[in-house]
Amino acid sequence: MILLQLGVDGLLLGAVYALFSSGLTLIWGMMNVVNFAHGDFVMVAMYVAFFAFTLLGVGPIVFVPLAAITLFGLGVLVYVALVRHVMRGPMLAQIISTFGLALFLRYAALWLFSANFVSLPDTLVGGVYDLGGLRLSASHLLAGATALVLTLGMHLLLTRTDLGSRMLAVSEDRTAAALVGIRPDPMQALAWGIGAASTGVAGALIALFFYVSPEVGNSFTLLAFVTVCLGGFGSVPGALLAGLAIGVIQSISAYFLGPATKDVAVYALFVLLLWVRPQGLLGRA
Amino acid sequence: MMAITRRGVLAIPALAALPAAAEAAGTVRIGYIEPLTGNAAAAGQSIKAAAMLAVDIINTPHPDLAPMPLAAGAGLTRLGGAKVDVVWADNQGSPSVGQSDAIRLITQDRVVALCGAYQSSVTLTASAVAERYGIPFLTGESVAANLTGRGYKWFFRTTPFGPDFAKLYLDFLADVAKTGMATGKIAIVHENTDYGTSVASSISKVAASRGVKIAQTISYSANGTDVSPQVLQLKNSKPDVVIFISYTSDAILYMKTFKTLGYRPPIVIGDDSGFSDPSFAKSVGDISQGALDRSAFVAGKPGSLPYKVNALFKQRTGRDLDDTTARSMQGFLVMCDAINRAGSTKPEAIRQALVATDLKADELMIGYKGVKFDSHGQNILAYSLMIQLQGKGYVPVWPAGRATAKLALPFKGWT
Repeated sequence: MILLQLGVDGLLLGAVYALFSSGLTLIWGMMNVVNFAHGDFVMVAMYVAFFAFTLLGVGPIVFVPLAAITLFGLGVLVYVALVRHVMRGPMLAQIISTFGLALFLRYAALWLFSANFVSLPDTLVGGVYDLGGLRLSASHLLAGATALVLTLGMHLLLTRTDLGSRMLAVSEDRTAAALVGIRPDPMQALAWGIGAASTGVAGALIALFFYVSPEVGNSFTLLAFVTVCLGGFGSVPGALLAGLAIGVIQSISAYFLGPATKDVAVYALFVLLLWVRPQGLLGRA
Repeated sequence: MMAITRRGVLAIPALAALPAAAEAAGTVRIGYIEPLTGNAAAAGQSIKAAAMLAVDIINTPHPDLAPMPLAAGAGLTRLGGAKVDVVWADNQGSPSVGQSDAIRLITQDRVVALCGAYQSSVTLTASAVAERYGIPFLTGESVAANLTGRGYKWFFRTTPFGPDFAKLYLDFLADVAKTGMATGKIAIVHENTDYGTSVASSISKVAASRGVKIAQTISYSANGTDVSPQVLQLKNSKPDVVIFISYTSDAILYMKTFKTLGYRPPIVIGDDSGFSDPSFAKSVGDISQGALDRSAFVAGKPGSLPYKVNALFKQRTGRDLDDTTARSMQGFLVMCDAINRAGSTKPEAIRQALVATDLKADELMIGYKGVKFDSHGQNILAYSLMIQLQGKGYVPVWPAGRATAKLALPFKGWT
């Protein structure tokens, strides 16, 4: 029973890891840009959810799409105003600029919203289901299920649609894509928008069961990077698989070996996997 | 790094010569190191607001706060009415940042004394710098036992610390046991830096000396994203009492996870920090009903000093003083009083004034029995009581003499 509960908890958590990591993997896959502000995008989305609830009194049906739209806008803005320009510079400039963006978002939040921890009321997405001793909270279930659907949806968008092909074409070879009539800038802005929007959905869903503070992104950034590396850079299904695996490993090792060991277990696996498959689980070699 | 240190050491004679100039200038600069950003920023910002209130109380006349030293007059009266000025440094919750903060405050900002630094692990490194430079360091809030066990000459602590809390909890539990409730099986869940580990080991030691066995100890990192495995461990072993030694983010997560997994231990004690952070009661108060906490600060009756100070704080920030903030503020006030009594800003004079400190209970804005330091720099008159989350906030419930509400057990959590 305990093992089942741990497994289910791990899977639900892993699905959420997968969702916020898929945004990162999309931006990486499309642009070869590492977005260090990713965790802070999650933070912005959490505040969107929090303020939509406290100021407008709306529930997740409204604030999840609202967070997606806001973050889509933020993603496009970041591409147009920042990334497009630093792409021409050296690799280091890209790293520093998104890192700077992360600090900017974090300290802007600290200034605007204060350092206090806030959280959405637990009653927002009602209750806990008890299936013969197995306890599932509605908010975790909602987050997990949405994460699965969206991650798969994003994968289908990339592999099965004309738009997805065009985006992939730009990421393969910007010049060649331009030669066959695909304008690269709108495609890359779109990739940032979609990547950020999925992060927005993840953030708004996480806000249902997690605290919100300006520093909360810290907890997520590193996890997102590990998930993306483990799954294979640019691979959405890889991120899903890796997210689920990390969730389950953390949950089970924390219970049996103690919480201090859960990250050791994850990173040990990470190193082992990179040894055998440096491109990640489903990455292209 | 090395170069800065060497220059710093060379600066000591210069520092000793400095006070005359500082006195003439009419301001006394005190360095205050707090987590103004980072995971504990809520606590750090709250402490900052309280310290600014303390500065205001000292620098401008507040005759209504009469028994409190320095309140009635303007400025430090024995230093010709010199004003107190705080130089803030943000430790970001990191021991290495706290260390460089202390170096900068001493060598560049030329502060005469240091206060801070919230996290025990940061206080440990920052006060080591102060010790090396011969500058008094006073912590009003860090409680790890090892801080005063280092044989330091320049380190002082006004707050009760690990062993005091351990005794408080065990006395309390022994009293609860008299009502017929089981309290024998105790689990300790603690964050894994200096604060959590030292308080946990203090509790274990005191418990062992009384023949009480700690059934389970769970150590975790406060920055995690998920605590359900730990809660499942507790749920499986069914302790009578769970004692949390946690910071804010993790304390909030534990309470949320208790509800998700439907777990209600009969007695939940949160060791201050996370449970005392005003954001805790605000965000998870309605699902943590009956959680116990320790506190040295209770606003008390109208007209009392704590009540008046709390009212001033509320006027500025819109909320009540919490225990951690109040303890830090009291520490800062003790430091200012010592500088005043020293009648000088020479580090050695301030240190001697701190050693000679003998404040009475009615001169304090907090519920200590007084302030008097032992040879380790630990306040031997520090004191706390047990409070319980009932409704929107905490109320004192133990010992009976100081309680204003009835102890409600078992832990109810949510409804």
